[in-house]
Amino acid sequence: MATTSSTRPGLLRRLSTFLFLHPTLSLILLLAPPLLWLGVIYLGSLFALLVQSFFRLDDFSGKIVRDFSLTNYLQLTSRANIDIIARTAGMATAVTLACGLIAFPLAYYIARYAAPRAKGFLYLAVLLPLWSSYLVRVYSWKLILAKEGIISWVVEKLGLTPALDAILQTPIIGGPSLSFSMLGMFFVFVYIWLPYMILPIQAALERIPKSLIEAAGDLGARPGETFRTVILPLAFPGVVAGSIFTFSLTLGDYIIPSIIGNSSFLIGAVVLAHQGTSGNVPLAAAFTVVPMIIMGVYLSIAKRLGAFDAL
Amino acid sequence: MRSKPRDTQSASLGLRAAALFALLFLHIPLALILLYTLTVEETAFTFPLPGVTTKWFPETWSRFVGECAPPIVSSVLSEECRTDLWNALTLSLTVATIATAIALVLGTLTALAVSGSKFFGRETISFLVVLPIALPGIVTGIALRSTLGLLDIPFSFWTIVIGHATFCIVTVYNNVIARLRRTSGSLIEASMDLGANTFQTFRHVVLPNVATALLAGGMLAFALSFDEVIVTAFTAGQQNTLPIWIFSQLVRPRDRPVTNVVAVFVIAITTIPILLAHRLTSRDQL
Repeated sequence: MATTSSTRPGLLRRLSTFLFLHPTLSLILLLAPPLLWLGVIYLGSLFALLVQSFFRLDDFSGKIVRDFSLTNYLQLTSRANIDIIARTAGMATAVTLACGLIAFPLAYYIARYAAPRAKGFLYLAVLLPLWSSYLVRVYSWKLILAKEGIISWVVEKLGLTPALDAILQTPIIGGPSLSFSMLGMFFVFVYIWLPYMILPIQAALERIPKSLIEAAGDLGARPGETFRTVILPLAFPGVVAGSIFTFSLTLGDYIIPSIIGNSSFLIGAVVLAHQGTSGNVPLAAAFTVVPMIIMGVYLSIAKRLGAFDAL
Repeated sequence: MRSKPRDTQSASLGLRAAALFALLFLHIPLALILLYTLTVEETAFTFPLPGVTTKWFPETWSRFVGECAPPIVSSVLSEECRTDLWNALTLSLTVATIATAIALVLGTLTALAVSGSKFFGRETISFLVVLPIALPGIVTGIALRSTLGLLDIPFSFWTIVIGHATFCIVTVYNNVIARLRRTSGSLIEASMDLGANTFQTFRHVVLPNVATALLAGGMLAFALSFDEVIVTAFTAGQQNTLPIWIFSQLVRPRDRPVTNVVAVFVIAITTIPILLAHRLTSRDQL
């Protein structure tokens, strides 16, 4: 008994000393489980996806042929598919810009004006929708955009129903009702991803030293000038950091297009359709490579603009 | 306009209005769901509500427990009492619990490694951890699905858990690493100098320090997993999690009033852990 109790801590201690003297080994031990998980399961799957994108679907048998071909990528360059990609990228851009415009004032207010208590409250008010209830938040817009819903009611009370109808008849953004249109989809995307834009901008604004703003004032800059020449450039990396999320999340979302709007319109919905109903996983895989490439380019530009320091 | 520095003045009216707009934009839709749980309509979303009723709450409850209401215990125990909603709820809860547990272990290990030493590829590792939520969910989803297909692995409870754990690691990692950055390294050195070995130091110094951050990260992971649908739709076979049930209701609405109540329930279940997590880590953000 006495020997076991003295050797056990002894063993632990020796192990501890050994690990202390071999920091690389302890590092490897610490990192092995997460790296195995992320590296093998996650990166492995991404790689498998990439590989599959070079397979092709046999038109006659409907089976997947496992040899290397560029068929899917050639198919991506067809007129219809280019349209889908362009439309998705356009939507992502519009959503990102709108998020930036709506997010900035709130972020600015939280960072520079709110009293400590109010700040905590506002921060939470932004954080909550970021983490919670993605699907429920999408669902809420089904209620709002419905033909008989609150937007139609407000528009009618304002006497603007003809204007709304005219907008809905516009070819690209319109549709039978707001809840089946690109415009409706745009609202929902902006709503859902807005918190992802607010928080990085706020963080970037918080980091601007007060003294810098005071210095600008002391040197004769009017508030507007200070805002344009000091605050805005320093907050810009935050905007870029936020845009990574809004852009990427819009590119890859398929829930919103399939609930609001015609589901064959954006990349996400097309991927879902190819892998689900038509069983063409290789083409679906090739389609997902598109947002990955777009995001790769986007991230490298963002990195150059200093967005990663603002995350 | 006096020439005080901007920050001591109150915000201009325009800024206040714009900030208020953003805030209302974020929160009115959720309030509307709450409102619509009271509507008498079953097939439309007319605003203003044509009438008000509270009958959908007991109605939803009976959809949850089926014929076996009210003794909840019996519905847990007996197989035939389980309704689709009940199964979806328990599946979501179990998946979220196990995915959170995995994320806690992996996220903490990563945070300890990254904060403890400087090594080649450190940036890459933090990048790798963030990647599953930075890349569009559909990429993660279809990647996992096509891999399962390639390897002929059938969909199961565990395929859902694997997907969830992968994107939950980041929440734990972020919380723990923020806390470790705040924890002074001299504390650990002091513990070692006083004769504690690595494990004792971890047990008595590091762990108490990061405990609330772990709890917070875990709760965020739970909330994230509980209402995830994008990846889940790809990694679940015939099984329905609660969000997938809601999603199917959205695509083909059958029980709108019940969906409203379930939606409010999901908001509550995900909001509470996030609020708690925030309380636990509010000092880390300063």
